[in-house]
Amino acid sequence: MAAVVGPQRGRGKLVLIYFGGVVFGFGLALSRMVRPEVVLDFLQWDDLGLLFVMGVGALIAGVAFHLAQRYGRRPAPLTGQRYDLRRKPFDRNVLPGGIVFGIGWGLSGLCPGAAYASLGVGNWPVLIGIAGMFLGALLHGVVRSARPSEPTSPIASESPGR
Amino acid sequence: MELFPNGILPYAGGGLLIGLAVAVVYLGTAIKLGASTFLESTLTYVPRLAALSRFAKYVDERDWRVAFTLGIVSGALLYALLFQSGPWITDVQWWRLGFGGVLVGVGTRLGQGCTSGHGICGVGSLSGTSIANVATFVLVAIGVAHLVEALGVVS
Repeated sequence: MAAVVGPQRGRGKLVLIYFGGVVFGFGLALSRMVRPEVVLDFLQWDDLGLLFVMGVGALIAGVAFHLAQRYGRRPAPLTGQRYDLRRKPFDRNVLPGGIVFGIGWGLSGLCPGAAYASLGVGNWPVLIGIAGMFLGALLHGVVRSARPSEPTSPIASESPGR
Repeated sequence: MELFPNGILPYAGGGLLIGLAVAVVYLGTAIKLGASTFLESTLTYVPRLAALSRFAKYVDERDWRVAFTLGIVSGALLYALLFQSGPWITDVQWWRLGFGGVLVGVGTRLGQGCTSGHGICGVGSLSGTSIANVATFVLVAIGVAHLVEALGVVS
């Protein structure tokens, strides 16, 4: 089979990712993660259902990653990229980032993907939250761009021993 | 105390769809999906920001990240059209959404991921970095949500 190249491949990638997003967003609505109240119920131990959303999702994703990395000899058809075992590097910002995100998540019940999906079910006040997220990303990017001496955390391989 | 007052089916079913979406996109593209980088990559459509070092590296990804986010909104809209009788609106106060949102924006960029990139993809990959990040934000969020409840803030 001839490899797909050029703009056609780029279009195929965008189409696949769009429809991946459709299924992803439908899943977020079905699991009621689009409702900040349901996320807050999890965090306040009133309904632990979120464990199944993240657990089942991570399990299926993990199996697919593993199979593709183990048996996928050819590069991915729509990008030509290899299924390599790339992980995010551990740097000194990973835990502070988790702490700041955790405060925001616990205060609002919002995380990025669920907030976008929440728009789809008609929850217009979530626009305030999404605007806040853009503002936060802007502040973070501007401040850290002004300090180029900091490690910029490129995506690198995690050492196998870790 | 009841652990699952609404059962587990909608949660497991939603997790199944989310996992399948991540799996199919990975098989087609070798890309591990995450929702929060969209915030940073979309800002690069502003030329002045694209020139800054923190943003420049996301220029190549910005188009597919927009496609992913539009897909997420469409999928949830499809669900609402099929199963909701009208728009669903939250009762969580605007100031919690706004301030929480800013912290989510800063925290996910500082920590390089959120509930999808770290929580689904990173944990699925058994990445130590992601597991440490997820454990941190879940524990902190549990503490904050309990504190908010104890202070009598009712949504």
